[in-house]
Formats: sequence, C-alpha cells, structure tokens
Amino acid sequence: MNKFIRIDMTAMKVTTEEVPEKYAGLGGRALTSNFVANEVKPTCHALGKNNKIIFAPGLLSGTAAPNSGRISVGAKSPLTGGIKESNAGGTFSQKMAKMGIKALVIEGMPADDKYHIIKIDMNGVTIEDAPAEIIGGCGNYKAIEVLSAKYGEKVGIALAGPAGEHRLPSANISFKDPEGNMRSAGRGGLGAVLGSKKVKALVIDETGAVAVPIADPEKFRAASKVFAKALLDHPVAGKGLAAYGTDVLVNILNEAGGLPAKNFTAGRIDHNDNISGETMNATITERGGEGKVSHGCHAGCIIRCSQWYTDKQGKYITSGFEYETIWGLGADAGIKDLDDIAYIDREMDDIGIDSIETAVAVACAMEGGLLPWGDGKAVLEAVKGIAVPTPLGRIIGSGTAVVGKVCGLFRVPVVKDQAIPAYDPRPVKGIGLTYATTPMGADHTAGYCISGNILKVGADIDPLKKDGQIEYSRAMQIGTASVDSTGMCLFVYFGIADNPGGYQALIDMINSQYGISLTATDVDKLGESVLKVERAFNKAAGFTNAHDRLPEFFEYEPCPPHNVVWDFTPEEIDEVYNF
Amino acid sequence: MQIKVKLFATLRENREKEMMMDLTQGATPKDIIERLNIPKEEAAIIIINGRNAKPDRVLEDNDVVAIFPAVGGG
Ligand code: SF4
Repeated sequence: MNKFIRIDMTAMKVTTEEVPEKYAGLGGRALTSNFVANEVKPTCHALGKNNKIIFAPGLLSGTAAPNSGRISVGAKSPLTGGIKESNAGGTFSQKMAKMGIKALVIEGMPADDKYHIIKIDMNGVTIEDAPAEIIGGCGNYKAIEVLSAKYGEKVGIALAGPAGEHRLPSANISFKDPEGNMRSAGRGGLGAVLGSKKVKALVIDETGAVAVPIADPEKFRAASKVFAKALLDHPVAGKGLAAYGTDVLVNILNEAGGLPAKNFTAGRIDHNDNISGETMNATITERGGEGKVSHGCHAGCIIRCSQWYTDKQGKYITSGFEYETIWGLGADAGIKDLDDIAYIDREMDDIGIDSIETAVAVACAMEGGLLPWGDGKAVLEAVKGIAVPTPLGRIIGSGTAVVGKVCGLFRVPVVKDQAIPAYDPRPVKGIGLTYATTPMGADHTAGYCISGNILKVGADIDPLKKDGQIEYSRAMQIGTASVDSTGMCLFVYFGIADNPGGYQALIDMINSQYGISLTATDVDKLGESVLKVERAFNKAAGFTNAHDRLPEFFEYEPCPPHNVVWDFTPEEIDEVYNF
Repeated sequence: MQIKVKLFATLRENREKEMMMDLTQGATPKDIIERLNIPKEEAAIIIINGRNAKPDRVLEDNDVVAIFPAVGGG
C-alpha cells in the first residue's frame, strides 16, 4: 500500500502522494488516529473546514487472512468533541488495499451546497456531482442501488445517509456489503463530518488492481492456516457467533443482572425470551425464505456473526442485527417485539444513524415523556422523522446527551456525550472502567471487559468486585487498539484470547506480509502508542481526567437485582491510563 | 430441595429450556449437568442467582441455576 490520497473539497483538487515515512508501518486505527492527531486542529469545530476525515484499511486488509477486511474511519467527532475511530466491514477496505491505497483523506469544505461523489479507480480519483435522486432524504438501500447501477454492481461504497446530510451528531457512515446491503462505522457521528464536506459517497472500483504483495507467501499461508484453525476451533468464534449472532448475549447479561433496562434503572427484564439470540435463530429458521442464520459482513469472514432477519413471509428486513441494537430498543426502551425492533433497525441503517446512540436516546426520550415506553410503532415513526428531519427527529438524532438535556433528566447514560451501551457498569465493573477512560467516549468495543467478567474468555474476574479490573481494562484497551490497526474484526479475540499459538499466527501474518519481525511486545507497544496519541489529542481539545467519569447517578442509584452502585474512586479510574 | 434450572443456546437442543429439579442436599451444578447428559466441557458458564459460579458450588433450596455453553459477542 503505497498511495496516500488527499481530496481537498475547498479547492476540489486531488493529490496522490507517496505514503509519508511516519505512517509506513501503520494501518487501521493506528494510522487514522496518528493522522488526526498530526493534522487536525484539536479545538476545531468538527463540522467546520478544519476537520479532516480519513479512511484506512488495516495492515492485513486485502490479503487472504481471515476476517481482515475491516476499514477504519477517523476524524474529530461531532458527538464527543474528541478523537474518533470507528470501523466497519463491507467491501471497501479490501478494494482500497488491493489498489495500494494506504489512506484516503478528505479535507476542506466547498462553498456551495451541492453534494458530491468521490470516484476512485485505477485511473485516479475524480470528484463528481451526486445524482439528484439520492440527495434529500433518499434511504441508503436505494442510494446503494442507484450508485451500483451507475458505477457497476461490484463497486465498493461508503455513504452518508440522510442523517449525515443533516449533519446530526450520531450520523454514521454506511459501507456496502458483498450483497449490496450495509455495514456501518456507527459511532461518533462520522457521517456528519462526511456530510459537512458535502460528500455524499465514495465509490471505489478496483478493476485492474493486482493482489496485495506478500513478502514471504509461504510463511503467510502457513500462519493464515494456523490462525483460521484457532478461530474455527474455538466454540465462540467457530460456532456460537454464527448460530446465534451477538444477540446470544441478551440471556447471559440478563441472568447476570447486567442487562440495562428502562433507561438504566434495572439490570434485568422479564421479556428476555422475546428478544434473545435463541429466539432470533428460531424465528429466522422457521420463517425460511431469504433468511440466513449466519452471514459474513465481508469476503473472508469465517466467524459470520451477521444474519438476514426476515418478516413473516420470509422477506429480508435487516442484516447485522446486533445485540447492542436489540438490547437498546428491547430492554432499555422496553420494546417487546423482535419484528418491531427489526423494522426500526432497518430504518436506522437506511437513514444512516448509529443504532446504539439512537436506541439509548430513544429510551431517554421515553423517560423524558417524548415517546411512550415500549411503543415500537411510535419509535419507528420518530426514527423515520430523522430523515425529514422533524424537530423530534433532530433531537433524537442528536444523541442521548442532547435528549437528556432537552428533557431535563439527570439519568443520562453517556460518557464524553456518547451513549453507554448494553452492559451496566454497576454490576459489571470492568466495562465501566473502559466506558469511563477510553478516548472514544463510552464504547464497549474499546476494551471488552465483558469477556473476562461474564463470558470467562481470556480471564476470570468477578464482575461485581473491583479486584483486577483496572489492569484488565487497561490490557483490553491496549490489545484492542492493536487489533483495530490490523484490519481484523475484533471478534477474532475470542479465538486467540486463550490460544497463544493463534495470537502468534496473527503477528506472523503481519511479519510475513511486510517482511518485518514484530514481536508480541512490539504489538503491545503499538496499542499503547495509539491510546497515548488519542488521549493527547483529547487533552489538547480540552478534555481532562474529570471527563473520564461515569454519570453521577451510577454512584447513588443501586442497580437491581444486585443492588450495587458504581464505586471506583477518581484516583482508581485514573490508574487505568497509568502506563 | 427444589432448584430451577435454565439452559441456553446449544444446550437447549433436545432439552427443555427451563425446568424444576428435585435434588438432594449437597448437590452441585455438576450433578445437574450430569443428569441432563451435558458434556462437561459444553457447560462453559454457570450463573447461580445472577452470580458466576463453579460447577462444584453447593446449591441451596430455591437456587436458580443458569447454564450456558461458551458464548460471546459484543
Ligand atoms: S464476525 Fe461479524 S462483524 Fe466480524 S467480520 Fe464477521 S460478520 Fe463482520
């Protein structure tokens, strides 16, 4: 990957440079975060001309390494005001890598109000007018169809939906998947940054590209085989995720009393069976038709946690129907019908809005009296209003923190203005430390302590106790920053957490691709350096340790059934980033 | 003593998902797992009354025992 492409939307000019020396060994999140830290003014307005947005494939993307097709997107976040990296599947990353493109940067901002398409192929990059029919409320499913018809069925697409055009702080970027549906770089409002630059979509056509060069193909093949075996042999990575999707977590979090319910007022629900992964699996199987219990979000995914969820007639409603979305709407907002939740999920994808932020915002809106509790039909209407946008749509699309303010609530589950996802930090203490301290704002994927706290993969820590949690959250955040830089889906973690051979194989793949000799220590150091760079950006943007705190209500509202509160002291929390 | 047993994910294949079991004093989750013919390595996570527990924990009357295979997500 030797090309570093800059698209200047002020001058409407494209420059292709050699990859700057300092970025040569970086990919994915390591690259996007270093770039943002180097080039984006920390105090800039996220929707102003001084923000820049960068797309980067991971180090292993485009190769035959299993699960390596994730793309990282970075910018200053309009939701948190801090640095953001959000990654997704789809076909974009592998195409970029095959074309030798290390990064695509969009900077500046045009003076007029016209939307553009950035077209990338082997002849170069052009900035074109966006087709009028996909602007002004057109859903993402339709927009992908229109763009695929215009530019070719096989092209990759990164897209800002109606929410991105409206520059709402929880707008996501949607990536076309192998079947023409979508996967999202969901969190932090990066779709609004794309919209602010008047870029409706990036379209990539790799026709004529050659294979990604591998320094030592034989060693790479061998390592890739060991790695694939580690994934497939593990009961979670090889079997469980494919059968039940991530939604299998509903029941286990519910049993553990850590499933946040009714805007974080309890840790357990009674209607768990309506929305569980077991039920989803049975429903898809029973309905037949277009339904698929397992599905990969990019070519080469062998874990296949995604699925196609169907209606009663067996027609596709939505894919990538994730635990966090189902929890948010089903438990936090109390919607008891999985079909209702599926239609809302589809709508959120179609509008291009983060399904975690929006679901938590909806639950807050219910507490605030803007929507009736548990009413799936009312929520669907409100979410549709985001595309218009109606005033209620704008409020909900602005995220949980804004909804909390508008409604005068104190129980507003956010850190750095980003919604807290599907695991209550009071009875599952490790994850609370990650929410509090990650530079991303509340984000479970930044250091998934659920693993050792609840799932007993990689560690065995009592979720209700503080012991070992600080070190664990730190280690998980460092490890995640490394994995996010490889282009690997984070779920490979389940296959390698308890399998040193599998982890070594991951490092061997990188080494044999690039002809280098990283050790496990180097990989840890990379993760540490990424976190330090991100934190330094946030500090320069005005964040202090006081922002690394959970909302106060967690300290004085006990969470049933365990009736525990959040009791880490500020000094203890600050220890997480003491490395 | 009466114990409520709940099974999840693959453990539900060919088994009831929820049942009451009459067990003798001193029984442990291990006894339940054996009685249900669940291969030991498949009972990866045991949660008793909302708390993670080991298979040799001595049960008490009215305990709720949830048994999961290895599961993950995120
Ligand atoms: S495991 Fe799921 S999220 Fe990961 S690459 Fe496969 S389908 Fe995508």
